[in-house]
Order: sequence, then C-alpha cells, then structure tokens
Amino acid sequence: MKVLVVGVSSAIAKLLVEQLLSAGHSIEGIDRRGWDKAPIEVHTLDIRKRAAEDVFRKFHPDAVVHMGTVTSLVMPGEERYRINLGGTRAVFDHCRDHGVAHCIFVGRHTYYGAASDSPLFHTEDEPPMALSSFPELADLVAADLYAGGALWRFPELSTTVLRLCYSLGPSGHGTLGTFLRGARIPTLLGFDPLFQFMHERDAAAAIMRALERRVRGVFNVTGPEPIPLSIIIRETGRSALPLPEFVYAMALGRFGLPKLPDGALSHIKYPVVADGSAFKRATDFTARFDATQAMSDYRAAFPPAHATPS
Amino acid sequence: MATPGDDDDIKARIARLEIPFGRYGVDAYGASRTHLKWMFRTFGLLYRHYFSVKVFGIERVPARGRAVLVGNHSGGVALDAAMVIAACFFEKDPPRLAQGMIEKFIVQIPFAALWAGRTGQFTGLPEHAVRLLEDDRLLLVFPEGARGTAKLFPARNSLVDFGTGFVRLALKTRSPIIPFGFLGGGEAMPTVANAYTLGKMLGVPYIPITPYGLPLPLPAMMQVRFGEPLVFDGDGTEEDEVIAGYVAEVKRSIARLIAEGQAPQPSLLNAGERRGSVRP
Repeated sequence: MKVLVVGVSSAIAKLLVEQLLSAGHSIEGIDRRGWDKAPIEVHTLDIRKRAAEDVFRKFHPDAVVHMGTVTSLVMPGEERYRINLGGTRAVFDHCRDHGVAHCIFVGRHTYYGAASDSPLFHTEDEPPMALSSFPELADLVAADLYAGGALWRFPELSTTVLRLCYSLGPSGHGTLGTFLRGARIPTLLGFDPLFQFMHERDAAAAIMRALERRVRGVFNVTGPEPIPLSIIIRETGRSALPLPEFVYAMALGRFGLPKLPDGALSHIKYPVVADGSAFKRATDFTARFDATQAMSDYRAAFPPAHATPS
Repeated sequence: MATPGDDDDIKARIARLEIPFGRYGVDAYGASRTHLKWMFRTFGLLYRHYFSVKVFGIERVPARGRAVLVGNHSGGVALDAAMVIAACFFEKDPPRLAQGMIEKFIVQIPFAALWAGRTGQFTGLPEHAVRLLEDDRLLLVFPEGARGTAKLFPARNSLVDFGTGFVRLALKTRSPIIPFGFLGGGEAMPTVANAYTLGKMLGVPYIPITPYGLPLPLPAMMQVRFGEPLVFDGDGTEEDEVIAGYVAEVKRSIARLIAEGQAPQPSLLNAGERRGSVRP
C-alpha cells in the first residue's frame, strides 16, 4: 500500500513510518519542518501550498494519514487556525481529487474538553461541550468536525477520525511529555485529575491498525486505564508543586511557565477521559504497553536528575 | 485480630470490595484504596462514636450487582450520604462502596474535588450513573438534590419534590431501586436559616445557619431504614406520566420508612437491625 503521511516529522508519525516500513508499505511524507536523515522521501512544504497537491498527483497514495495539525497553544491563534483548518481542508480536497481510498485524520481526545460537568469516558457521539471555557481549542475541534464531515461529503473516500489520548514515551514529545519535562511539575492545589495516556509506540500502532482495517467513522483511541496526575508525576520521578489556582494563573508566562490561556488550566483541574471501546471492537486493537512501561520509558529518557526546571 | 472499625478491619474490608483496583490502587474511575481508607477511618469514627447510627434492613441492599439506593436528605450538609456510605461499608459482608451522585459545585472546590473523585463519588450526570450501574456498582441518589439539604429544622423529616431521572436510569439499566429513609440529620444539623448570599460568595449553594451559628453537626442519634427493593416495568423510554407514577411510589416508600423511624420503637433489638455505635 502507498501511504502519504502529512505532518510526518512529529514523534508519533516517525514511529508510524517505522512500523509501516517494516510491514513493507511504500511511504512518503509531507512536513513544513523537514526530517533529517529520513528513511523515506519527505517533501518539506506546507500542505496548503500548490506543491503539496503535486505530491498527491505523482505519488498517487492509496491512503493518507493527516497528522499535520498544530496543538501548541504558544503559536498565535490566527496562525494555528489557518494551519489546522486550511490544512485539513486541503488534505481532504486532495484525497477527493486524486482518488485516495482511505484518509485518517489524527485528532486528540481533548476535543471533548475538561469541565466540572463533563462525564468520564466520553463516547464519540458527544459534542465538544467544554469549548466555552477553552475557546482556544476551537480550531482543533473545528478541524476534527470538518474531517468527520468527509464521511458524508465524500462517500467514496473511507474516512477515519481518530481522537488519540495523550501519548508518553522516550521521545518526550506531546502535550503530556512536555508538561512533565521539568523536575517539579506545577499542579493545581486541591485537584488531581485522571489523565489518560498510552505509550507512543501504541499510539502509532493504533493508527497502523486503523490503516490496515480501513475502518470508517470516528473513534476514540485509548490505552491503559487512566490514572491520577499525582501518580504520573511520582512514577516519572518528578515532584509536584501544588499552586492555588489564582497563583498558577498569574504565574503563566513567568518563571519559565509557558504563556497559556486561562482555559488551559481546566486540563490539569478536571479529567478528560475517553471511552476507547468502539475502536477496540472495530479493530481488535490492544495496547502492548501498560502505563508503567510508558512512564518508565519516559523516565529513562528524561531522568529526574537531568530534568530541566519547568 | 481486627475489631470492627479499626484500621485492620477497614483495610480488610477495602480488600474485599468487589472493585477492580489497578496496579496503583486506583480503579478506572479514579477511586483509590488509600483515599477510601482515610475516608472510612473518618466516617467510621463518626458512624460508630460521634453519631449513634442505627441501621435497619441492610440485608435489602444486594450483596453484589447493580442497585440504586434512593433516599431523603436529612440535615443541612450531606451527613446522610456519609452515613449511608458507612453503613454499606461497615454493615455489609462483603462490604459495598455506595457511590454518590454529587452536585457539580463540589468538584469545583479544591480538595473536595480531589476527595470526591478518589473516593468514588462523581458528579450527578446520567452518563456516570449508567456507566457505574452497567459496571454493577451501587449507586446512591438523593432525588431531592440541594433542595433537600436546604430543609429547615421543622421540615427535617418532610420530602420536597423529587427529580425523575433516577427512575429512568434504573429502568434503562434494569437496576433495582432500594428506597431508604434517613432520620436524625436534621437533629445533628438543626438548620434555622440558610445564608444563600454567603454561600454564593463561597461557591456553594448556601451555608446552613444553626442556633449556635456554625454549620457543625451535634452528636445526634441517626437512623437509616432500607426498604424492600422496587423493580418497575419498562426500559426508561416511558412517558413522563408513567415515570411520575413510579417516582411517586418510591417517594411513598421513603415517606413510610421515615414514618416508621418516627414511631416509638418497641425494641432496639429487632431482627434485621444493626447499630453503628452500640451493637446488639
């Protein structure tokens, strides 16, 4: 199978490429960031530019995996909006125009948002209710919904929307890996939400499984059962620095903390936990790594002694 | 050897809870063995020593499998919930963890949020209720909601309007409803007024005002009376009138149990009676 991976320079995409290559597939990638010493041909360009369509025209992929959305809240909102929505639209348009059989959009379980009145174990049919408290996530939610719309807009294209929970592993990439990078992890005093994550290798394996099974629809992708943030901090060898919420909000953008919108704090205050059973039923996917292994691999790659102050 | 209510007894009971705790002592919903231990230490002291809690009909609570405990609120704060949870833990064998459907404001308060989640008490959402029941857990519901805890002392043993969602959930999940009447909460926390403005400032619906000012409970006698399980026909999609009829039946059962508790007691040693602080 010929697979085009958009956003191929991300950590999980690289693991996916490794798994696709070992399964004997033919792969090409697109990413604005490039990939030094890539084992495949990588086109260093923006998916929204005309040259990207040429890749579709020449490579003629059977399947496309779109992992090119930007999650970093540090990037200005308008730019993120253009990349996430414009990029997703371009991917689906090119898939339609060039006879791609299967397109996978890789989104996040944070789609559901974190709020005091949102349930544990979100199912795929739930709307993104917590957007009002964290409007900065709107572009990712819109991209997810746009991708889901391809299920009826382009019936000839098999579309899969995956909402992946956080990933953790030796690359240290991703929202959770970045959050845990320091030696002392600032948390909200009096809150200890459940966090749901899977080993980054399992995240790649889940995407691979969706490709192999060519499942249509929207699916949450989860691994082991969620565990409280305090346990993740402890097991990765970090220590928690509990701060009252108003102090935390004031400290954002100072003392080495990233400048984040206030709504971001809801994600370390309330749990975002998704129900991944539909994906498991549809694909027989089972995570190979448990939470302990994911945390221990992260800890080995980023030992507490070398952790940089966050 | 463990004596009832001591640390070893609590540990042994937690070990016998039919809840799949994972490697870190936490279940899929976040309930933690460690936090449960601390909760039951505290509840045990209140249950056995501070209040004198008498429990009737505990055998009507199923030993295992799904069920919905439905009762009245009694007292200005949810001491009733705490004592029902304690009764199901200390009096059942194997012990059961009653999991309350709590008000949303509780999970917005630092530490209350943490302790609620770690002890298996979740926001009262239909999604939580269905999931827990389908996992064969024991759900604890107060259909009067915050209106129930706001009752003033003279109305302590009355019932205010019931929500109806619990009946639909029970029907949908084919769970029996175990009604219970709770008495004594009003005596423990004799509310003479509710300070709604002060409550709003503190992020809670109201603060109960007692004759002695502070919303602290007195060491009153309490009773929990479990009634016969109620199982209704249907799948939860019935018309409102049908559901209202079932709700009225549950409400009548609870009113009857409260009336039984108010009647003069011929003996404290009736069959089926268990006492928290003084055991027969």
